[in-house]
Amino acid sequence: MSLVSRTLSGWAGLGLLAVLSLALLAVSIGAGVGIGELAIPPSTTFHAITNRLGWTAVPLDKIHESVIWDYRLSRALVASLCGAGLALCGAILQSLLRNPLAEPYVLGISAGASTGAVSVIVLGIGAGAVTLSSGAFAGALAAFLFVVILASGARGGADRTILAGVAASQLFNALTSYIVSTSANAQQARDVMFWLLGSFGGVRWPEFQLALVVVLIALAICLFYARALDAFTFGDDAASSLGIPVVRVRIILFATTAMLTATIVSMVGSIGFVGLVVPHVARFLVGPLHLRLLPACVGIGAIFMVLADIVSRIIIPQQVLPIGVVTALIGVPFFSVILYRARRAV
Amino acid sequence: MTIKADRISWAAGKTVIVDDVSIAAEPGKMLGLLGPNGSGKSSLLRLLVGLRKPDSGQVTLDGEPIGQVSRRRLARRVALVEQHATTDASVTVLDVVRLGRTPHRSALSPWTSADDAAVEAALDRVGLAARRGQYWQTLSGGERQRVHIARALAQMPSEIVLDEPTNHLDIQHQIDILRLVNALPVTSIVALHDLNHAAMFCDRLAVMDKGRIVAEGTPEAVLSEQLLREVFRIEARIEPSPYHGKLHIH
Repeated sequence: MSLVSRTLSGWAGLGLLAVLSLALLAVSIGAGVGIGELAIPPSTTFHAITNRLGWTAVPLDKIHESVIWDYRLSRALVASLCGAGLALCGAILQSLLRNPLAEPYVLGISAGASTGAVSVIVLGIGAGAVTLSSGAFAGALAAFLFVVILASGARGGADRTILAGVAASQLFNALTSYIVSTSANAQQARDVMFWLLGSFGGVRWPEFQLALVVVLIALAICLFYARALDAFTFGDDAASSLGIPVVRVRIILFATTAMLTATIVSMVGSIGFVGLVVPHVARFLVGPLHLRLLPACVGIGAIFMVLADIVSRIIIPQQVLPIGVVTALIGVPFFSVILYRARRAV
Repeated sequence: MTIKADRISWAAGKTVIVDDVSIAAEPGKMLGLLGPNGSGKSSLLRLLVGLRKPDSGQVTLDGEPIGQVSRRRLARRVALVEQHATTDASVTVLDVVRLGRTPHRSALSPWTSADDAAVEAALDRVGLAARRGQYWQTLSGGERQRVHIARALAQMPSEIVLDEPTNHLDIQHQIDILRLVNALPVTSIVALHDLNHAAMFCDRLAVMDKGRIVAEGTPEAVLSEQLLREVFRIEARIEPSPYHGKLHIH
């Protein structure tokens, strides 16, 4: 049922796909930088980058250059990294938990992050010394630890891990609601809501550097375990009887996805849908083997998030929609088409 | 020498599932494991392949305790075919059989011609070479079992352990699978339900009841009318079949 294995053969086809998706990503990021209240032509963007790299010295409008460098380029790049990271986490968790509904937040991470963020926004924990991001990160890790303990380490099996994640999500969402409903004023409640749905509004180059490092490390770890993940196709015992150290692989990959998700959530809020759906789209395109699936998720997730960010900025004039709203609004119809085609292909 | 269990016991919670069992497979022979539902056959098989650790006693492979053998090295020696293990992933026959090469490859090593040869030989052995591109979801129960056996063979094991491989198959496919396993050039341990099939195909039999081995030996020595009455709670007559010469239960 994989589209690519039917139309293109082997690694040559995948190489072509990789080049295509890199080109598409570059175009998307170019569009992300160019489109907005102040339209910037692609040539200006291109020259702004080459100027900065010292390859060219084309004179450019100072305002354009500043918008590109200080605002839009870092935003588009962070968006692509977050999309890539969320899709990667989704694919890993769907395979490890053998559940097509698994997504990056299944282990309670976004719920924990929201509690952490709300503690900072509303309760003022840390008295200004603790940033919103670090509060969210701490909350995310607290939720993850809660799940690990509840699922009794990584030996609990897939179903138990999912149940523990559901319990953690409920608990931390309740805590968030409790704090908001008892302590927040209207403006704070609005801030919290906006943060929960995700936004690339505040991201700049430091966030890009952090996201780049974390995504690259996580991708390297996941690719190293790609074959081990294939061995989970028929369950934990099957993987074990194929020589996979199941407990160790689960611990390492759960921890990797937790760190990656927590980093992304603490940076841009909990953006839904990407981590759930992109792995399914990627599986439809390149099949279920992880050495192909994981890079495909990274590529598709990155492109999808950059495009969603563009839509979130232009769909309503003078206003930026929360990115989570957009990922779902443009993702669902797109996914419906894939589901429909997948059904016909069987 | 091959897989040997020495007085192993294993309990799930407080319920003793495997109770002081000693058993040894003979090299190159097919050992059938019989017993009513819940007698502990599947648990014993999991203990024998190292998926569970016995609470007491030990399982050895060529005299070496399997707790001391790394998972990977163990997987190159001993392959397991589980009871209807299935997946929702859209993998092909070839994808599944290739999984059998997992213990022979490191995380980043490329696919080699030796891997290809092992996969081809395994596909040929189970008669699915021509259907390698077919998707798992489109296979029948018997075909899926054969794919699993091919995957196990691609591990190039010297021991293969099968947990009720004929369950839910029609009679023709049951016979096909058992004939296939019987002809394999490896030591095999097979949990079975059908006593006549056990008598026809197995070299030796072990009968489990309530976690213990209550009889062990050649089919002729083990299968008796008294055993059927005591373990399986059936009244039946046993006599050599005029067709294949092995014991037959009426």
